[in-house]
Amino acid sequence: MGKYILKRASYMIFTLFIIVTATFFLMNAMPGDPISQQARKMPPEMQQMLRHKYGLDKPIAERWIMYLKQLLHGNFGDSFVTPGFSVNEIIKYKMPASAWIGIQAVIVGLLIGVILGIIAAFRRNTTADYIVMFIAILGVSVPGFVIAFLLQTVLGGKGNIPIAGWKSASETFAQGLRFTILPTIALCFGSIATYARYMRTSVLDVINQDYILTAQAKGISRIAVAVKHVIRNAIIPIVTILGPQIATIITGTIVIERIFSIPGMGNSMIEAINSNDYNVILGLTIFFSLLYIVSLLLVDITYSLVDPRISLTKKKK
Amino acid sequence: MGKLLEVKDLRVSFHTYAGEVKAVRGVSFELNEGETLAIVGESGCGKSITSKSILRLIPSPPGDIKKESQILYKDKDILKMNEKELRMLRGGEISMIFQDPMTSLNPTMKIGKQIAENLIVHRGMNKKEAIKEAVKMLQMVGIPNAQERVNQYPHQFSGGMRQRVMIAIALACNPKILIADEPTTALDVTIQAQIMDLMKELQNNLGTAIILITHDLGVVASIAHRIQVMYAGMVVERGTTDEIFYNPKHPYTWALLKSVPRLETKHKDTLYSIKGTPPDLLKPPVGCPFASRCEYCMEICKEQMPKPTKISDTQEVSCFLLHPNAPKVEPPQGIGGKL
Ligand SMILES: Nc1ncnc2c1ncn2[C@@H]1O[C@H](COP(=O)(O)OP(=O)(O)OP(=O)(O)O)[C@@H](O)[C@H]1O
Ligand SMILES: [Mg+2]
Repeated sequence: MGKYILKRASYMIFTLFIIVTATFFLMNAMPGDPISQQARKMPPEMQQMLRHKYGLDKPIAERWIMYLKQLLHGNFGDSFVTPGFSVNEIIKYKMPASAWIGIQAVIVGLLIGVILGIIAAFRRNTTADYIVMFIAILGVSVPGFVIAFLLQTVLGGKGNIPIAGWKSASETFAQGLRFTILPTIALCFGSIATYARYMRTSVLDVINQDYILTAQAKGISRIAVAVKHVIRNAIIPIVTILGPQIATIITGTIVIERIFSIPGMGNSMIEAINSNDYNVILGLTIFFSLLYIVSLLLVDITYSLVDPRISLTKKKK
Repeated sequence: MGKLLEVKDLRVSFHTYAGEVKAVRGVSFELNEGETLAIVGESGCGKSITSKSILRLIPSPPGDIKKESQILYKDKDILKMNEKELRMLRGGEISMIFQDPMTSLNPTMKIGKQIAENLIVHRGMNKKEAIKEAVKMLQMVGIPNAQERVNQYPHQFSGGMRQRVMIAIALACNPKILIADEPTTALDVTIQAQIMDLMKELQNNLGTAIILITHDLGVVASIAHRIQVMYAGMVVERGTTDEIFYNPKHPYTWALLKSVPRLETKHKDTLYSIKGTPPDLLKPPVGCPFASRCEYCMEICKEQMPKPTKISDTQEVSCFLLHPNAPKVEPPQGIGGKL
């Protein structure tokens, strides 16, 4: 297992290198640079001085090498737009909010989606099944930001649920929870739908397998058959779609944080793009990519844990 | 030998979009303690449905066991049992093994645990005791390295080994009846013989009654005490193994016997196969279901279902050829007898 993870880690570094390089050159190909964007009213000579100060007047290849060197030291560089802030600091301050709603959305999406799928399968062709399938179609076809606006209109401001915003520094975790409710739902709605559909199909498939008959013929309780034999096997295909779903949620945070004014990395990403803040764009992109690559590794490890037929290290006999 | 199981007028239908498929149409039989009853017949004649009905394993919908049916186990109607009684019966009193060992075991559960599940429910063992007992069961069914094997998963076992595991699961709680639905059909010939020998040996040691389902008369000759021939959801002939092999009366039984490969069959001879196909169970014929394929078919056969005629205490045949007014026909040469 250790050896496998090491091997995967080396692939991951290679993948990251490609992502860094591609993003670096693509970003430089965009019109404008941080200085012309921010210091539009400055005389050209001063702009030139600033470019020199940040090294933006050097040839692009040289800057690329410099950036890679910096990365090797774990340094994402400084923000051009908010002087005095390093990208590392931005990540440090903005990550908690993003991680909170992100992780919450992945877990809630998985739990609710899988449970709905199980209900739909065991109650197939009943009203419960039809309702779940309606939600599933809705969730797959309606984009997250539409759901977000809908939630804000229908639920926002009702009771204790704010339309947008985030907990203040003095508030506790429990007090802040109310701010996360709507963004979490908006973020995981699509996932819920996808998991529900997959789980329903998977359960129906497993129910018709011979080994379920064997389990029933043993005289164990209905619940034991459902949990240990049906659900345990039906969940395996779900693990394979976990990776893409996590990606959807990571990219989803960018828009959702904006809509709900959440002080997270997604929100900073949009600000950075608007102001051509090169280092912030690069740093956040690399950070998001890293998150995704690591979660893919975790998914694969999980897969080998839930399915004894899959072995990460050995070739199949 | 006491009577253990009595199936009375079992009727099972499936409600499909095309209509009602009458899969089992009035099957009655008995099973005595410690005996082996073979149920033989072509594919689709209702053998599996009959045997699954005994444990109420027919999915409903679309399956539907008709109200007039009765399945008495020790004089208690299985079809009227409540959930709890049914669970005690399944695996405890009556066990079942299935045709395809490759798909009958849970792929994500360790073999030991799959055997232990039974023991925990029916013999009140705790997990540790049950796993210990599972090791013993694996040894009993002839799996080497049982101590190690309990911790493995089904994909680490061969087909024959898996069927042995299925037998271990089925016999773990010392049931009174073992239903084996074509236990060797999916295995190759040498393994088939091993599995049949194992079942015979275990029956001798444990005294379990066996209902052995197969479409191959050759398989049952050495193990069955009695044979029951099914066709299109009905029993057309039954008798002791000797009676079926030495004195068969139904033309369908003759045809089945004729299609058993024999030692003296020459290479050049092609194996006999019964012409035509079984009737559509959506619209079963009013007369004898075999009439359209029967060489000896008479007018009456197409109009009316023949009543069972008793040949001896143990042999019973549903065929108009046994009517006093019917012409005398001899069974074809060279069928049955010793295989
Ligand atoms: N779920 C179902 N829906 C409709 N018809 C069914 C269903 N299950 C079984 N049948 C029908 O019931 C009849 C009897 O099936 P059964 O499985 O008992 O046959 P069998 O004698 O065991 O055959 P085989 O040797 O192929 O196993 C078949 O004609 C089949 O088409
Ligand atoms: Mg069958």
